[in-house]
Amino acid sequence: MAKMTMVQAINLALRQEMEKDDRVIVLGEDVGRDGGVFRVTDGLIDKFGENRSMDTPLAEAAIVGMSIGMAVYGLRPVCEIQFSGFSYQAFHQIECHAARLRMRSQGVCEVPMVVRAPCGGGVRALEHHSESRETYYAHTPGLKMVIPSGPRNARALLVSAIRDPDPVIFFEPKATYRAFREEVPEEEETLPLGKSVKVQEGKDLTIISYGAMMRPTLEAAEALKEGDGVEAEVIDLLSISPLDHDLFSESVKKTGRVVIVHEAPRSFGPGAEIVSRIMEKSFFYLEAPIVRVTGFDVHIPLFSREMAYLPGKDRIARAAREVLNA
Amino acid sequence: MPRKKIELPYAVDYLSILNEKGELDKDLEPDIPEDVLLKLHRFMVLARKFDDQLLNLQRQGRMGTFAPISGQEAAQLGAVSLLRPSDWFAPSFRETGAELWRGRSLESVILVFAGYAEGALVGKGNGEGEKTMKNMPVSIPVGSQIPHAVGIGWGIKYRKKDDVVMTFFGDGATSEGDFHEGMNFAGVYQCPVIFVCQNNHWAISVPREKQTRSKTLAQKALAYDVPGIQVDGNDVLAVYAAAQEAVDRARSGDGPSMIECVTYRMKMHTTADDPKRYRKEEEVEKWKKHDPISRFQKYLVNKDLLSDKKIEELENEIQEEIKSAVKRAEEVMKDFTDPLQMFDHIYSERPPYLEEQRKALAEEIEMTKDEEKEEKGE
Repeated sequence: MAKMTMVQAINLALRQEMEKDDRVIVLGEDVGRDGGVFRVTDGLIDKFGENRSMDTPLAEAAIVGMSIGMAVYGLRPVCEIQFSGFSYQAFHQIECHAARLRMRSQGVCEVPMVVRAPCGGGVRALEHHSESRETYYAHTPGLKMVIPSGPRNARALLVSAIRDPDPVIFFEPKATYRAFREEVPEEEETLPLGKSVKVQEGKDLTIISYGAMMRPTLEAAEALKEGDGVEAEVIDLLSISPLDHDLFSESVKKTGRVVIVHEAPRSFGPGAEIVSRIMEKSFFYLEAPIVRVTGFDVHIPLFSREMAYLPGKDRIARAAREVLNA
Repeated sequence: MPRKKIELPYAVDYLSILNEKGELDKDLEPDIPEDVLLKLHRFMVLARKFDDQLLNLQRQGRMGTFAPISGQEAAQLGAVSLLRPSDWFAPSFRETGAELWRGRSLESVILVFAGYAEGALVGKGNGEGEKTMKNMPVSIPVGSQIPHAVGIGWGIKYRKKDDVVMTFFGDGATSEGDFHEGMNFAGVYQCPVIFVCQNNHWAISVPREKQTRSKTLAQKALAYDVPGIQVDGNDVLAVYAAAQEAVDRARSGDGPSMIECVTYRMKMHTTADDPKRYRKEEEVEKWKKHDPISRFQKYLVNKDLLSDKKIEELENEIQEEIKSAVKRAEEVMKDFTDPLQMFDHIYSERPPYLEEQRKALAEEIEMTKDEEKEEKGE
């Protein structure tokens, strides 16, 4: 097994799926010769040629719209939107068509495509380069919304996303692109979409998170263990939609206490839906009010202040203590 | 440092072959087999009569909102008739005539406009559930189907097939980003796409001259190095000839083309619209003289392929066909009562939370039924 960054692991997933299946085609701005601005598609053009690693003109709606046509035709396009903050220029194609063609055609047209886009803050970028707007896509019926948290699950989830018969919005937390390495097996590995994983067992408290926030979440869990002797159960959502409420509702039945962490703004964010599901599934097991540690309801500030916006280890640990002491 | 003209080798052709008096330019007359001529005529009449019937159904409350196509029969059928079954078709929402040619059933059209999604599967054409559909469903957001056609065209090229894809849109769509992005991508990748613009002069209430300063819509293609031609869109021979050129070009690997069909929307935008608020009746009257069907009939009569008697017989036959389709559609509709249908075809497999919501609605429906029974004292 090789130790890989998330960038390398995603590249591995693309490379292996393209080797296995000539329907898989990567397209987007600068994904060919340049290998993508984050080098995620590096080397694919040399191996598969420019028909399978396509540098497109600069137009998000046409990148997604063309991918829809390719998918309906029987290909498996994996298109890249260079930053998720530019995905809104393709939003109508995603909402009006990728998400709906199955319904409109009553199952005759399938749209097996993946829209990959780097998301989230923490890399000192310009405006529009640090957003976490997964709610837009998770709110849209017909789409699947996936956000990995590390190299190994990114690779396994992307393979599943490429093979999935439904359109998948695949957000890659750019702060984790090169933040750490993990062992990623050369042999095939997949993870089911719509399923969360328990990253750490615990009995005192459930912390639910995903994406780049998994690192500060795990650091906070460690601090709670060291400093407070608290055993936190940590859940990584992996898929925002379909949302796997079984795993966290069961955990809540055990712990009775919940903290939800995401960097997306708070109001109407994924946390709001998770709280509602807990109310529906395991309300009577709650020992304390649920606390959300999230981004604020502001546009993520320019980078001099972004660390104050992003939830960190301390904010998460304090919230956990608040829930434990309630 | 010079300032000089960059010579661009572009001009837009305008093509007209058969005028409203039935006069023909023999030199330009396309060689269309007799059976195709008669089939074209039949579908043009069918499209017109069906449009009238749909309007009646809508006015009687038996169907919902729809976009009539009257006046645009030549533009649609002249172009779509060049496609083979293995070719692809990506319509907007005002292509009922072209859809019928491509095999969509009258019942399917009625049922979907009557609000039943499952109508998409009724009758042939959409393959009755077969995964072989080469006809995209109607696309309502203006111009948004254009990039899909480009993706399909790219797929055809990737698979080294000699199929083509034809997409339709209106004059209003040429203001949309999707039109320009799609045209640009098709040009860059040389996809086998035929862009058919039905310039019917009105985008709901906004006239063609307020939509763009451009003299023609066809010239917009030239900016992307895509050949563009303007034709008399009410002259089925001109539309056919231009489409033949475009389809041949695409099939032989020479890339996309755009055809601007100058036509006229004789009825309202949709049945929810009252054109009297924004356009003069005289304009509509003027366009009646350019009717695409009557001039084609003159041509076919001159060719001894039709007679007044044959036209009358055909019209009666078509009326019967439409009548029985309406009857069948309204029969089928009776089976489409299950509200739970809305949960079908959202995902390939229903996720657990959606299954729960479906079950909840099913229970609610049962409870309502029980309450109604109680109220009636049953």
